[in-house]
Amino acid sequence: MNLMGLTAVDLGKKIKAKEVSVVEATKAALNAIKEKEDLYNCYVTVDEEGALKQAEEVQRKIDEGILTGPLAGVPVAIKDNMCTEGLVTTCSSKILYNYIPTYTAEAVRNLQKAGAVILGKTNMDEFAMGSTTETSFYGPTKNPHNPEHVPGGSSGGSCAAVAAEECSYALGSDTGGSIRQPSSFCGVTGIKPTYGTVSRYGLIAYGSSLDQIGPVAKDVTDCAVILEAVASYDPKDSTSVKREDYDFTSALVDDVKGMKIGIPRDYLGEGLDPEVKAAVLKVADVLKAKGAEVEEFDLSLVEYAIPAYYTIASAEASSNLSRFDGVKYGYRSEQYQGLHDMYKKSRSEGFGPEVKRRIMLGSFVLSSGYYDAYYLKALRTKALIKQAFDKAFEKYDVILGPAAPTTAPKLGESLSDPLKMYLGDIYTISVNLAGLPGMSVPCGMDSKGLPIGAQFIGDCFKEKNIIRAGYAYECSRKEEN
Amino acid sequence: MANIISDETIEYVGILAKLDLSDEEKEAAKKDMGSMLDYIDKLNELDTTGVEPMSHVFPVKNVFREDVVTNGDIHEEVLKNAPEQKDNAFVVPKTIE
Amino acid sequence: MAKQYETVIGLEVHVELATKTKIFCGCSTEFGGSPNTHTCPVCTGMPGSLPVLNKQVVEYALAVGLATNCQINQYCKFDRKNYFYPDNPQNYQISQLYLPICHDGYVEIETENGKKNVGIHEIHMEEDAGKLIHDEEGESLVDFNRSGVPLIEIVSEPDMRSADEVIAYLDKLRLIIQYLGASDCKLQEGSMRADVNLSVREVGAEKFGTRTEMKNLNSFKAIAHAIEGETERQIDLLKAGEPVIQETRRWDDVKSYSYAMRSKEDAQDYRYFPDPDLVPVVISDEWLQEIRDRQPELRTEKLERYKTEFEIPQYDAEIITSSKKLADLFEATTAICKKPKKVSNWLMVETFRLLSENGKDPEDITFAPENLAKLIELVDGGTINSTVAKEVFEKIFYENIDPDQYVEEHGLKSVSDEGELRAIIEKVVAENPKSVEDYKNGKKKAIGALVGQTMKATQGKANPGLVNKILAEILG
Repeated sequence: MNLMGLTAVDLGKKIKAKEVSVVEATKAALNAIKEKEDLYNCYVTVDEEGALKQAEEVQRKIDEGILTGPLAGVPVAIKDNMCTEGLVTTCSSKILYNYIPTYTAEAVRNLQKAGAVILGKTNMDEFAMGSTTETSFYGPTKNPHNPEHVPGGSSGGSCAAVAAEECSYALGSDTGGSIRQPSSFCGVTGIKPTYGTVSRYGLIAYGSSLDQIGPVAKDVTDCAVILEAVASYDPKDSTSVKREDYDFTSALVDDVKGMKIGIPRDYLGEGLDPEVKAAVLKVADVLKAKGAEVEEFDLSLVEYAIPAYYTIASAEASSNLSRFDGVKYGYRSEQYQGLHDMYKKSRSEGFGPEVKRRIMLGSFVLSSGYYDAYYLKALRTKALIKQAFDKAFEKYDVILGPAAPTTAPKLGESLSDPLKMYLGDIYTISVNLAGLPGMSVPCGMDSKGLPIGAQFIGDCFKEKNIIRAGYAYECSRKEEN
Repeated sequence: MANIISDETIEYVGILAKLDLSDEEKEAAKKDMGSMLDYIDKLNELDTTGVEPMSHVFPVKNVFREDVVTNGDIHEEVLKNAPEQKDNAFVVPKTIE
Repeated sequence: MAKQYETVIGLEVHVELATKTKIFCGCSTEFGGSPNTHTCPVCTGMPGSLPVLNKQVVEYALAVGLATNCQINQYCKFDRKNYFYPDNPQNYQISQLYLPICHDGYVEIETENGKKNVGIHEIHMEEDAGKLIHDEEGESLVDFNRSGVPLIEIVSEPDMRSADEVIAYLDKLRLIIQYLGASDCKLQEGSMRADVNLSVREVGAEKFGTRTEMKNLNSFKAIAHAIEGETERQIDLLKAGEPVIQETRRWDDVKSYSYAMRSKEDAQDYRYFPDPDLVPVVISDEWLQEIRDRQPELRTEKLERYKTEFEIPQYDAEIITSSKKLADLFEATTAICKKPKKVSNWLMVETFRLLSENGKDPEDITFAPENLAKLIELVDGGTINSTVAKEVFEKIFYENIDPDQYVEEHGLKSVSDEGELRAIIEKVVAENPKSVEDYKNGKKKAIGALVGQTMKATQGKANPGLVNKILAEILG
């Protein structure tokens, strides 16, 4: 039996039923990693020894009846921007090449409490800045559906690891689409929850007001189960929200009768690959057939989301990344003359081009004389975008659209023109600006055999709506296969 | 390109950001920043008069800690990743002349 | 006629708040401790760590704001001030720029030239930086124990015109804050620090001159010197027709000169923006009222109360209320012994003598009110005489001993047994016929010598009243 072909929930059931031991499951994952890593490069760090040790410990706790949840004993991969105590955490950057955190991110701790076995840390765009996982200092990750193509990004390692069956599920983070876009490119399911739902404590910040951790898995059920495990109110994160509901799995119901679904016309226009468009519209048809009311509408302001996003995210990043200075941790240049030269050399040698580009832009838009014109203007635009969504959600339960305008591009095609690469985030970015939950669900393949993802967007704290819609669609898709 | 980034600006931003760019990188940075700013200038099409800048999407407020000591001495952990340390402190090049 | 200049001064005063923990993490703010022993991922800027605001910081800031007649921003926020320096672990300081907690207040000061108000532009909350220790090997060592200690920065309007006014203003702030219990405000230890913004202009000019900011001022004396020195420097420049450059200068009190702190790496462009990791602080009317209701009695009210309730003179009340510590000690001691004037005398005379001999402030007093009260009782009851009392007080001052026990153990009680004393005095009279004769011949002062001899014979323990009475009887 191919244990890694199972969903996380199914593997969890087998472990619970003692059909499979936690060590067996962990070894299956480690073997898959050994077989495939040379080809895909999903991981920055694989912790074989640690994983096996955790496996024994988790098995003991299952046997003693301490761990009874659905994820107990199921092996997971963690994006390398979440701190893991004792396990090197690099953000795929040279500047953190040797950084060993002394504490574990709250989201990861929540998974550990649920009995997860951590296999290692997945590759990503450096500091989550990028859409292809090619900006990693540790080499690009390849798309398991076609290794000549990128897996998307920035959570490309997590999404590719799930697609390549090198883990049962993974955690990613999403600042402007970094879970949903690579999920779409890799043919897996990923959720970016409402801002404040999963603690950011221990997530190495890129754009603090936009960053959210979320699950990447084989299907909607897994995602709901994982989200239920990682979401928590955390007093250590001032932006954490005390929610009324954390029972996301209760929305796993194959019923969308009467659900109101809107498709923004703005999401179907110029720049959208016709094959992607056709696949997404097919999703709409399936849901309509199941009783949902589907219609197109004008969301507006879509073209302003990207410039607002790059202003806000770069500004926050320029400040968030100033702590990497060669003093307290990470890379310090070998040769320097005095303090400021040490700062400059360590940072210039430690950061890659895309990170430097955004730090420069962010420093500029905050600098004296430009703050109002750029930064505040972007925050005002953000307010308008939020209003546009608020208006849409007065009418619709779920917004449906593509996760990305195209399927995965070839390696090396994107980085030469950053602006063009940024445009690839057009359908995902506004969701972060407005703090909304979004989910990418596989909805077919293009003619090249590359996966397409449909994006379900919900109103704030309405994850259950997108889970229900996604689950209903997924049930039909599974029946079809 | 509407936004022309001067050498002085790149130099200045380099000082702010503590980045030392090579000549080649500087040229690329001038071009990239110029085209990004042109793109960002698109926001000027929007009338945002009277719109409050939105830092936080939710009106979360007053998140406090009580004034109670919860942390002990963990200096070994804090210093564990230091590129250079001495006498329980981080070492940097001398900061005063 | 030579031009007349006036000095225009504004102050930025940083005060370390007396919280138990840092502003954004649960680390202790206790002084001392070897480097980095009061640190955690938050106050050392570890990747992924996040700040959570200490509520007490807000309450102290509000208390100071209300006591300095400020308007309160009931919606306030934190901003990041971005600059690279090794004592600043994140390379940004969390502070308040756009919406500081308090603004537009004032305090009244009094100098030789009378009373005036000094405006307070704003008060904001922020975090302190760590400490840099410079070793001989050309390296600096970074200690983050002070990193994240809460500060308020009180920014005055440019309303002061002389060093006297500056000192009066600082003294006023110090007293207010100490009375509120918000800080101990010790300049030497750095829990109160002042940066001086100074410019000069011709008398009668409407516009302000270009100002400089002076840092590194850690005593009232240094502040006064720096004001004189910098005023002189700027006037010299103006007289020579040279411009004053707006810059930050470091005052060197030994050389009595300020030096520019310029560097091409300091762009002074802090790129402030709202900290996305912290949420706004919204101060409700109810909360503000609670703080108002909790405000302790401040100095002016206390001074008036002392005069009426304890019937002590203005002079005494002024001195005692010049320090919160002293006032607390006065009230606690008086509550026990009910002798306010006597308590006040001990504090104003002997306590101040010992403080000044040891170069200390009233804040450094360590003895308990119980022990001073007991001492007063011992003197009043005639158990010890005043000479012995001074000796015992020194012990109380330095070691906080229990005077009852001390007097007992060291046999310091007055000789008050009339029979015993009469025998000793008769012996003294017999042995000093010259003094007796002088006395009888009208030299009344000669009695002093006899008292002295009696004291000597009793090792200073004789009850002086009794000695005088017996002597008078014997000498007729």
